[in-house]
Amino acid sequence: MLELDRLVITQDDFRLAADFSIPKAARVAVIGPSGAGKSTLLSVISGFFRPESGRIRWDGQDITDTAPGLRPLSILFQDQNLFPHLTVSQNVGLGLRPDLRLTAADRARVDEALARTGLDGLGDRRPGTLSGGQQSRVALARVLLRARPLMLLDEPFAALGPALKDEMLELVADIAGETGATVLMVSHDPADALRFAGLTVLVADGVAHAPRPTAALMADPPEELAAYLGRPG
Amino acid sequence: MADGAQPLGTWLRLAAGGAAALVAALTVVPLGAVLARAGGVVMLGPADWAAVRFTLLQSTLSAAISLALAIPVARALARRQFPGRGLLITLLGAPFILPVVVAVMGILAIFGRGGLFNDGVAALGYGRISIYGLGGVVLAHVFFNLPLAVRLLLQGWLAIPAERFRLAAALGFGPAEVARHLERPMLKALAPGIFATVFLLCLTSFATALILGGGPRATTVELAIYQAFRFDFDLARAAALASLQLALCAVTALAAARFAVPAAFGTGLDRPFARWDAQGSARRWLDAGLIGIPALFLLAPLAAVVLSGMPGLVSLPAPVWKAAGRSALVAATSTGLTLALALPMALAVARSGRARTLEAAGMLPLATSALVTGTGLFLILRPLASPAALALPVTVAVNAVMALPFALRSLTPPARDLEAGYGRLAQSLGLTGLARLRLLTLPRLRRPLGFAAGLTAALSMGDLGVIALFADSDRATLPLELYRLMGAYRMEDAAGAAVLLLALSLAAFWLLDRGGRADAGT
Repeated sequence: MLELDRLVITQDDFRLAADFSIPKAARVAVIGPSGAGKSTLLSVISGFFRPESGRIRWDGQDITDTAPGLRPLSILFQDQNLFPHLTVSQNVGLGLRPDLRLTAADRARVDEALARTGLDGLGDRRPGTLSGGQQSRVALARVLLRARPLMLLDEPFAALGPALKDEMLELVADIAGETGATVLMVSHDPADALRFAGLTVLVADGVAHAPRPTAALMADPPEELAAYLGRPG
Repeated sequence: MADGAQPLGTWLRLAAGGAAALVAALTVVPLGAVLARAGGVVMLGPADWAAVRFTLLQSTLSAAISLALAIPVARALARRQFPGRGLLITLLGAPFILPVVVAVMGILAIFGRGGLFNDGVAALGYGRISIYGLGGVVLAHVFFNLPLAVRLLLQGWLAIPAERFRLAAALGFGPAEVARHLERPMLKALAPGIFATVFLLCLTSFATALILGGGPRATTVELAIYQAFRFDFDLARAAALASLQLALCAVTALAAARFAVPAAFGTGLDRPFARWDAQGSARRWLDAGLIGIPALFLLAPLAAVVLSGMPGLVSLPAPVWKAAGRSALVAATSTGLTLALALPMALAVARSGRARTLEAAGMLPLATSALVTGTGLFLILRPLASPAALALPVTVAVNAVMALPFALRSLTPPARDLEAGYGRLAQSLGLTGLARLRLLTLPRLRRPLGFAAGLTAALSMGDLGVIALFADSDRATLPLELYRLMGAYRMEDAAGAAVLLLALSLAAFWLLDRGGRADAGT
């Protein structure tokens, strides 16, 4: 269970409060107007931005001061999820050992992850020679190998077309299903939230609201969400 | 920790802190030693004040002439496309890594008493002009700094958005209107900084004044320090002069720091540039001349050195080869030292967002003179070892520190980009310490590292500075040996040694810079 305990995030004039928990293995959409702080919330959970006050706990363990790489999570950013000078296999291998001193068994696992994500035979290529969809698959193969219990997606598929994006979300769902991971996904698209996420966190007006069932939330949106969705509340 | 900034790893903190401390130890501590030795009791004579006046005069003239000539040349280069333009712009970077002694020899071959230029003057019925003294020093400084000023200005021109020129064309602007609305504001912003940069370089230039200056009318402060130290062994006077030089440098550096200067080694200077103004054949010919004449001014001296030196290359005496070996060793060692100092400093600056103290420490050597530092180190180390024994180690240290600002200027911006692009990804994967250095930092910074290494190696290989203070004949580097051959009028050997030194400097730069480019993944 991910607990955000009276978390307060401030940056210049910006302020965001969050005080809720997310059950294990849940798939949660984070939705709200741009500039509301969706990405900032993920930055704080992943350790790139220090909260003003409050604690973050995973399974009861305080991770507020843990270094990003040691937190029980994998994050995919909007872009720059791969190192362009390393091969596909090396990029995926970083998920097993950051120093890339891989044993034969490790390499077999990398190949397996590549096969699992539909990247058979592309291990020796550089990311620059792959399509956008394939690059996303490489990043997901690494997430699969890292097998951290929490997966944060900060709109990594925003640049892909609708069909490809759906494909990627399915792959995410499969991987999360296999590893039992909890998923937190920033989204602009209510349709994505409805299809992919059972729960939705609404971020608006300086508050990240406690997660609610997505279908119920969309059927009867509170005022802030209705304004964002563009329909009467 | 605000976003973007990260806590520095222990090893990086130690390495960067240690590097900054070492730089300070090699610049500030020798200054302190000099100031303590000077002690205020030494009265500077009229000759010393004449040196101050000459230094200021030649620096002002050199900077003013370089800048004044650079403006039309850069303007012509900015608005013309021609085959070889990229190569020419690359060549404009060459004087910076050229050994000063070699370039001065080339200038003598063209403008000296028996040179081609004077032959032409004599053929026209005028008397031959002498290059020694103020004229020669300024001529050589323009040779070195005109290309630098052109490159800096060219960057200013290229920083004007192409859309502005398109708009100017749409509004029917001619060259005069383009100058008034687009070019003059840019020049106003850049010219003071470029003037100050060139002024500072001329203020601390030593080898040029050593060869072309001298005597009561053409001695710079830097040269006077050398003479007090080397000929009179008057330490108090050397220290007093060094304090004076320190004050001049500090004032100029402070003034220069107030102006913006674009990075001298920016890439992309040869990118295509669409211009619609300045058409017409008369302007074309004018620009051709504005580009061709300076190109000739730069290339003719070097061609003269190469042509006259090639025959002597095969029969060079053994001491020249030994000196060349010493120079290669000095260059290799100081290059390693510079990179070991620059890389952790650049990474620490990039990672901590702002690190004013660290950045200031890295730029400190720009404001110090090599001879002042050398004098200070000598005063400190004198109780421990003989000057001759210290000659090479002190030269390595001073060369490494003097090249540091240039290495940092080429490393810090890419290190910042690396941090901005991949810092978070590396952190999220737990890529830290040596693994990060091996898998991320070194591969991604290969090009600027290669460039910085090449620059340092070439500067160190061609340096004739502190080594002249200390060395005896058993410990001479190649530039010093070359200077001695010139002084002994062994012109054939000198010409051969000059070609050797030129080849070594350019080869060192080319090999290291190439090494950074080869097989660099995208």
